[in-house]
Amino acid sequence: MKAWLTLHANALRDALRRLAATPLNTVLALFVIGIALTLPAAGWLLVENVQQAARSAASTQQISLFMALNADKAALADIESRLNQAAPGRWRFVPRDEALQRLQGNSGMAEIVASLPRNPLPEAFVVEPAETAPAALEALAKTFAGWPKVAHVQLDSAWAKRFDALLRIGRLAVLLLGAVFAAALVAVTFNTIRLQILAQGAEIELARLIGATDAWIRRPFTYFGALQGGLGGLLAAGLVTLGAHLLAAPVNELAALYGGSFILSGLGARAVAFITGAGALLGWLGAQISVAIHLRRLN
Amino acid sequence: MISCSGVGKRYPGGLTALADVSCEIAAGEMVFVTGHSGAGKSTLVKLFAAIERPTAGSIVVNGQNLAALRPAALPYLRRNFGLVFQDQKLLFDRNALENVLLPLAIVGTPPAEATRRAQAALDKVGLLDRAKANPIALSGGEQQRLAIARAVVNRPAILLADEPTANLDTASAAGILDIFRAFHQVGVTVIIATHDPQWSGQPDTRVLHLAQGRVSA
Repeated sequence: MKAWLTLHANALRDALRRLAATPLNTVLALFVIGIALTLPAAGWLLVENVQQAARSAASTQQISLFMALNADKAALADIESRLNQAAPGRWRFVPRDEALQRLQGNSGMAEIVASLPRNPLPEAFVVEPAETAPAALEALAKTFAGWPKVAHVQLDSAWAKRFDALLRIGRLAVLLLGAVFAAALVAVTFNTIRLQILAQGAEIELARLIGATDAWIRRPFTYFGALQGGLGGLLAAGLVTLGAHLLAAPVNELAALYGGSFILSGLGARAVAFITGAGALLGWLGAQISVAIHLRRLN
Repeated sequence: MISCSGVGKRYPGGLTALADVSCEIAAGEMVFVTGHSGAGKSTLVKLFAAIERPTAGSIVVNGQNLAALRPAALPYLRRNFGLVFQDQKLLFDRNALENVLLPLAIVGTPPAEATRRAQAALDKVGLLDRAKANPIALSGGEQQRLAIARAVVNRPAILLADEPTANLDTASAAGILDIFRAFHQVGVTVIIATHDPQWSGQPDTRVLHLAQGRVSA
């Protein structure tokens, strides 16, 4: 156990020493990795924020039920009782007279309304469902449309659906971007480790001859890869946080101009941990592949 | 400790380094493997440490048949040996002490104890005052002694040296021989491959003379 700990501590110290031994190389590699991880991380943050903004805008999602013109009091009572079951407390009735009055209140509409021989508007119900996911709204609207004496159900979810599709594309694009840059990170680590192995060919050969296991030879390299990747991830998180910080004030200003308030959220602790961890994991992977290939060649 | 029977080694291309070697080396023995250059001395030493594999016959080290050894067990077999290579294989990117620390790092010796043991090994070969020197700054004899310090730092059961005095003057060579004798006296099995005839006939030692790929004496 003690030997095992010593072996790992030695490997870690070895990796740190290698990082410190070539500061310029280390800084350059960290920048390459950091910038490669910054792009998908920033994209992810953008999608998250847009989704946040959309969610607050979509919180007043409504479904309108327009009754047939010949709907009588019994039909209305029937719908009321059904709504009490389907969406208790989340609906209100809009009588046709009230609707007409409201229309009259609109500038320019008063004359048109006055010229009408009779009230053309139907009785209506406005429902604000608790569940605002597009699919749930769609299903609810379909149910309403099937009820007796309901002439028309209007769900203004088209924009929500389009938006949702757009967000899905955005998320997919971020994922693809992430995959591409993850591959780049693996490749960068692969090459760094390749150069190190070439530079330490003599030590590796000797170590093998005097009883080093393959794991012992591999260990400092994989630690190095994981460390470099993790530090690169940390740098990326720092860059994204800095960017979000710089953008926060202008975004608030823009939101205020539209009469709203929106706070740009930065990376949380979990996101930072995730990016750092992903960097470390990818660096470790690149080192593993590199060591496996090049050690076999040294055999 | 080491026994081989009917061992042959033929290299690709038809060169036969060893034809048919059978020998027994007991624990605590000091054995010189002698012969002309090309007689197969180096090859035999490499076969003992499983650096190369025989094309015929079998070798048993410490009760382990090398032919049946799994690749994963190979490093652990090698730890029985302290190897002094013909080309020494010193690392010139670190000082003498750090060269001696390598075998200890491989087995995971805690740093404080490792440093202590490496210094003791350097002391035994008379290089303690050169611990911080880079091997490139050492003389031929000092480099050879450094290689021996690295070979013995793990207290191996078998010390295996391939032409340890090849490029040394007589005085330095005698010094190296004294070091090997000292290890032999504390119970280490010592096997030295050498073409130097002056080493044969030492008291308390045995000579394994190779000629044309066979043991001739």
